[in-house]
Amino acid sequence: MSLDVEYAFDEFFRDETFVDDFTYRNSPAAIRRFPFPFDRDDYMYSVNMEPHVPGRKGSVFEKTFDVDEHYVSEMRDRARILAKDPLRCQSLPHMTLAGWDLLELIMESKAREYPQWFSLTKNGDRWRWINRPLGIDHSFTFLDETTLPCGPMEYITRQTQGDFTLQDEREGTLWVDAGMVTTQADWSLDFDIGMNFHEWHAPVPLAHEKGIFDRALKFLLKLQHGAPVRRFNWTMTVNPLLDTAPETYPEWGYMRTTLNQENMGHMMHLRVELQALFRLPRSNAIAFSIRAYLGKFEELVTVPKWGRRLHRVVRDIHPDLAAYKGFLRNRDAMAEWLSSYDDGAPTSPGWWPED
Amino acid sequence: MSGGPKLNVRVAEVVKVNDLITRFRFVARDGGLLPAFSGGAHTVVEMDDNGTRRLNPYSLMSDPEDRTGYEISVRRDDAGRGGSLYMHRHVRPGMDMVLSHPVNLFPLDNRARKHLFIAGGIGITPFLAMTRQLARFGGRFELHYATRNPALCAYGDSLKAAHGDRVHLYFDEQGDTLPLADLLSRQPLGTHLYCCGPKGMLNWVRSAAATAGWATHAVHFEEFTAPATGAPFAVTLERSGKTLTVGSTQSLLEAMEAAGVDAPYLCRGGACGQCETDVVRCDGRIDHRDHWLTPEDMATNTKIMPCVSRFEGRTLVIDR
Ligand code: HEM
Ligand code: FES
Repeated sequence: MSLDVEYAFDEFFRDETFVDDFTYRNSPAAIRRFPFPFDRDDYMYSVNMEPHVPGRKGSVFEKTFDVDEHYVSEMRDRARILAKDPLRCQSLPHMTLAGWDLLELIMESKAREYPQWFSLTKNGDRWRWINRPLGIDHSFTFLDETTLPCGPMEYITRQTQGDFTLQDEREGTLWVDAGMVTTQADWSLDFDIGMNFHEWHAPVPLAHEKGIFDRALKFLLKLQHGAPVRRFNWTMTVNPLLDTAPETYPEWGYMRTTLNQENMGHMMHLRVELQALFRLPRSNAIAFSIRAYLGKFEELVTVPKWGRRLHRVVRDIHPDLAAYKGFLRNRDAMAEWLSSYDDGAPTSPGWWPED
Repeated sequence: MSGGPKLNVRVAEVVKVNDLITRFRFVARDGGLLPAFSGGAHTVVEMDDNGTRRLNPYSLMSDPEDRTGYEISVRRDDAGRGGSLYMHRHVRPGMDMVLSHPVNLFPLDNRARKHLFIAGGIGITPFLAMTRQLARFGGRFELHYATRNPALCAYGDSLKAAHGDRVHLYFDEQGDTLPLADLLSRQPLGTHLYCCGPKGMLNWVRSAAATAGWATHAVHFEEFTAPATGAPFAVTLERSGKTLTVGSTQSLLEAMEAAGVDAPYLCRGGACGQCETDVVRCDGRIDHRDHWLTPEDMATNTKIMPCVSRFEGRTLVIDR
């Protein structure tokens, strides 16, 4: 595959790394708009889904696919990972049409919502796509694979932050039959591909017994075109690693043993996934986007409400959840570090920093 | 809103296809493009029939890639509840109407090596869109289409013209019968079977496929039924604190909507499950007409699908 890109870093798009020297960080503006996922002082799994409609101006909910200051660096990191491990992107043969649906959805959304960076012009099936931050200006024929350097899903997700999976709907369930997965919290597309909704969720503790997956699936099977939904998931990641894949565990797993009270603030990251689900028009498939945001503990506690709440959530979380999310061994040390940002004052409901 | 997002359209064309069937074409009111859809999808058409709000599902039959308009074909049902008569008698070019976004409860299995389509009468409509979609992407299919006589064989000629000997027509009055058992016995491995037509045909194909040993995941039926008429009945909506009478040409869902209760729905044909409602008390018999509830749910009268099902008896209280 040859997708010619020219990374255009500027005052907005940061030039930073997610490996080795880990220069990733959030600007003060990015901290204020961080999607803090806790709307109360405790956490348990639930069927937390809401319509994916434009949210507050400036927030990560404002646009269909949020583009932020990390965009260009994240796309460079994805290209790096794919060069090492092409199996991070797979599409079973019957999913090509869903890939075109996804390409159309992303191109139309980005061109409409970010005209300063993206443009799409159509002349019948002849489309011209311009992506200025990545230096791409490309004309192709919609629905004709031979006019793209790679498959349509790969083409567009090499230009879009977050992981994507495409689910085919058959026999009353969803099948993960395609995906681009380089920013995952310890799961593997290569392992899960071809599985159905209950199979790929099998490792999750407590949620099956609570009937969460049965209800979530029932809801998703009725997902309508034009009415996308979103939800949050979260975990903890040591160092700003977007790619915490089982395949590369030896490269990052040990980092969990290097934490102490001195390095906790800049090494420990709350990893929030903003997940959105879209019914696709031509294929009737469902696209799932998993957009990971990383926030250092020391960045998050600059918002007093978040410091207090994060402390309480980490301190009180069910040990099975902490174990599944991979931070049980560090949980007490994390709570200890966070406790100095919790004066016991009440917190207001909702996740916004100010109210 | 319970029915999901809407499309504001204008009627662009009304064409009489034969004695029973009329075709309607809708375009976006703002002159823009409508969403592409997948073969087998339907849209729910909203009608204001002299103060009675009707919402009827119809399969989309136009080319799924043609975003300049949607087409449906409506068969006139003189004994029905009035939706098809309204479409035939009152809908004219230039009228503004509202459609739901396309919903697909009868999708193609894109993994199939071959698609075998069996249509009866007006059941041809989803296959018009499916064959266009497959022709565009090079998918392999065969269509067998039965009608009473050539005059009622809507779109038979255009299907023949477009797809040649992949299309087979049968006319009951001429004594041609669809050689179902033979067809089912000589399909290549990986073939999927799809059937849309009158209830008798669905049952025939269902049992023939079972007899021939077809796996259930490879056999697909377009199941939505138009809500049928029936005797009026009373129902109490516990959460809304209302008691209503459901008229004989009205569904329970329509009666709730007419009373200002915002009840969920998607297909309005007993297939999608969206309208499922718990029954709080039932002294009588629920006439379950959906394809959603399990036989146990039906037997115990603990759930009802208000878009199609009715009630006979003394008291029905539901959780809405
Ligand atoms: C159809 C799109 C979806 C895909 C592809 C997907 C995929 C996944 C995967 C791969 C995992 C990790 C499992 C592992 O440990 O190997 C996961 C975890 C999980 N999923 Fe989903 N999921 C989807 C939708 C949903 C929905 C709609 C819900 C709503 C309740 C949900 C709830 C969860 C929960 C609670 C976890 C555990 C997360 C954690 O604690 O870190 N998923 N999902
Ligand atoms: S609305 Fe679909 S089953 Fe009732």
